[in-house]
Amino acid sequence: MSHFWLMALFAFFVSLVFAVLLRDEPREQLKTGAMMLGGFMVTAYVLGWLMYPFPL
Amino acid sequence: MGSKSTTAERPRASAEPGRLAIVCGLAWLIPGAGHLLLGRRQKGLIFLVALPLMFGIGLWLQGRLFPLDMSDPLVFLGAIANRGIGAPYFLARWMDAGAGTVTAVSYEYGNTFLMTAGLLNFLVIVDAFDVAMGRK
Repeated sequence: MSHFWLMALFAFFVSLVFAVLLRDEPREQLKTGAMMLGGFMVTAYVLGWLMYPFPL
Repeated sequence: MGSKSTTAERPRASAEPGRLAIVCGLAWLIPGAGHLLLGRRQKGLIFLVALPLMFGIGLWLQGRLFPLDMSDPLVFLGAIANRGIGAPYFLARWMDAGAGTVTAVSYEYGNTFLMTAGLLNFLVIVDAFDVAMGRK
């Protein structure tokens, strides 16, 4: 499994648990979870590209 | 201007200490069990499936279950995080899983999944405590 998909899987589990902890209604949980998952993915993607020019 | 709440105005603890201990202990041992015990079926079932699955993926990715080694603070903290998942941790140790393969590409990913599953379960325990106290 690639780094990207492992990150997506990790983000999915974290978003799921936080959304269920923070919201009580299934519809709200879904909305919050989707927003968190999107936020994690976009942030990681942007940070990945920002770090791209820097050598290890 | 809003007034500050005083101790007398705050809601009182609605649960007995013994019951709180049982809820928290069960929530630690079996992820989601605290919520199930308190009648939060949907939340409990999601935690019951998601957290052990996340822990299992960590093992599958060849992550390591850290020993309680006080000489290395980071390893010690990792060990605490690992133990947060409760019964799945002891089951994994009993099955000799979680030895960790440092040379594996997925080793660090595995560690991240294992530790995060335990840490998330700590949050679930705190949430179950709040529910038992009548705060949520």
